Amino acid sequence: MSIEIKDLSYVYSPGTPYAAAALNGVTLTVNEGDFVAIIGKTGSGKSTFIQHLNALIRLQSGSVKVCDIDLTEKKPDLKKLRGTVGMVMQYPEYQLFDETVAKDVSYGPKNLGLSEGEIKGRVREAIELVGLSYDEVADRSPFELSGGQKRRVAIAGVIAMKPRILVLDEPTAGLDPRGKKEILALVKKLKETSSPTVLIISHDMDAVAENADKVALFSEGKVEAFASPREIFYDDGLLSRTEMDRPAVVKVVKEMEKRGVVLAERPVTRAEFIAAVKRWRNG
Amino acid sequence: MPIRFDNVTYEYPAEESAVVAVRGVSLTIENGSFVCICGENGSGKSTLAKLMNGLLQPTSGTVTVDGRSTATEEESELFAIRQKVGMVFQNPDNQMVASIIEDEIAFGPENLGVPREEIGERISYALDAVGMTEYRHQTPYKLSGGQKQRIAIAAVLAMKPEVLVLDESTAMLDPKGRAEVMKVARELHRQGITIVLITHFMEEATRADRVVVMNEGRVVMDGTPEEIFRDREGIARYDLELPVTDAIAAELAADGFPIQDKIYSESALAEAICRSK
Repeated sequence: MSIEIKDLSYVYSPGTPYAAAALNGVTLTVNEGDFVAIIGKTGSGKSTFIQHLNALIRLQSGSVKVCDIDLTEKKPDLKKLRGTVGMVMQYPEYQLFDETVAKDVSYGPKNLGLSEGEIKGRVREAIELVGLSYDEVADRSPFELSGGQKRRVAIAGVIAMKPRILVLDEPTAGLDPRGKKEILALVKKLKETSSPTVLIISHDMDAVAENADKVALFSEGKVEAFASPREIFYDDGLLSRTEMDRPAVVKVVKEMEKRGVVLAERPVTRAEFIAAVKRWRNG
Repeated sequence: MPIRFDNVTYEYPAEESAVVAVRGVSLTIENGSFVCICGENGSGKSTLAKLMNGLLQPTSGTVTVDGRSTATEEESELFAIRQKVGMVFQNPDNQMVASIIEDEIAFGPENLGVPREEIGERISYALDAVGMTEYRHQTPYKLSGGQKQRIAIAAVLAMKPEVLVLDESTAMLDPKGRAEVMKVARELHRQGITIVLITHFMEEATRADRVVVMNEGRVVMDGTPEEIFRDREGIARYDLELPVTDAIAAELAADGFPIQDKIYSESALAEAICRSK
């Protein structure tokens, strides 16, 4: 198993008048090879949760185990942890800092203490993997690139660490339709090639339905449900209780039901929906 | 006519060579319209928005608001233009200046020299217009993203603008926050305020009465949502996408379903499918 979280709670500014509970007993197990979408309203604890996965925030109560690294231990191997969990934050392009693209991407692998040759190879590989040409961009300033390119450079910096687990916080926010498609295709490719386990925070329910195997629905600092997109998006009580949106396809199914048409299947992706509608019409 | 672009070009100054963001754009935003501006990242949408109230001034060509050029050295003229054309940006956290919501909203009118009693009235009007009256004496920091953007809109409304420009103001919000902001925009439009909405969400574009598509600094498509989304070649060429429901309808139509285009809502698609059998 890849990630095992038990009873995780977290309070911001504990013991002060500003104390705010962000997590209230989160328990979640993610297996190697899972593509997990984390959904929930703003303020439901999603970002606080993922920041625990590579110890960006200190464990207060409960337990976090990532592969064989146990964060409840006194001195967990944080270097190893950060080589295992690659974290792509929201608007990661704001965190680019170095003079050239190549230097920026090599920052992570350098901290892993790899050899010069190994670092060079990984940097080239990572830049090519995100769909940029190493020879064209390596020596350019990251700040000269377009928004979508900058974001890909930032992601290259994370995957150059070759993390087994890739965690992304709203990686498509603010991108145009083509940029969105490119980033989602990239995440899928990375899952197949180098990072078999993916956790992605998303507000885009259509993208969640199309891509994830499992959905963790956060509400008020807890995992309210952890199940397949189909189970989540057809649970009316759950969705209204947690104020969540449905994928467009599921909304259409609900509208059809209001008009007395009930499909035999419960489609969540566009392809499933079109197939189900055709079967209904021909049946 | 509130905003008129006449052969406007804008270049961002850069060390080596200037970056041309807007190239020879001529465009009129009519009074009371709801105009959506779409286009890829880097197509010049945001630059166009910032040219509308003199935040940027054209390198060549002219932008006029109610007949007054934005390229003026007169501060009072620029003030008058910015009071008429209010802007709300992408990140709500970068736009808050005060620690109490009522002060946030009073900031603009105070700078305009509006009398105290009237400021109180304007605060009430603006908060009511965005449905945030009960938050008047609270701090903005604890609000959700959608609520923060509604406060940012209220702060603009307190200036009694004629045009509200929303520059990707829904991009960072969750679906609920996005719906809240869109609802406010539609309501303000109904009250007669001109809305200019810059967005990547095609579902939002279907709510406009005019869609302008930018590409490499030029206006390349301009029409009603129906005209724009019917032009499948243009949609593909400029890397836009159809609203999800319209895309599904197109796929079904290609399979012989008797479905018309202009399917912009889940209920319209459901209706069309149910009637197809």
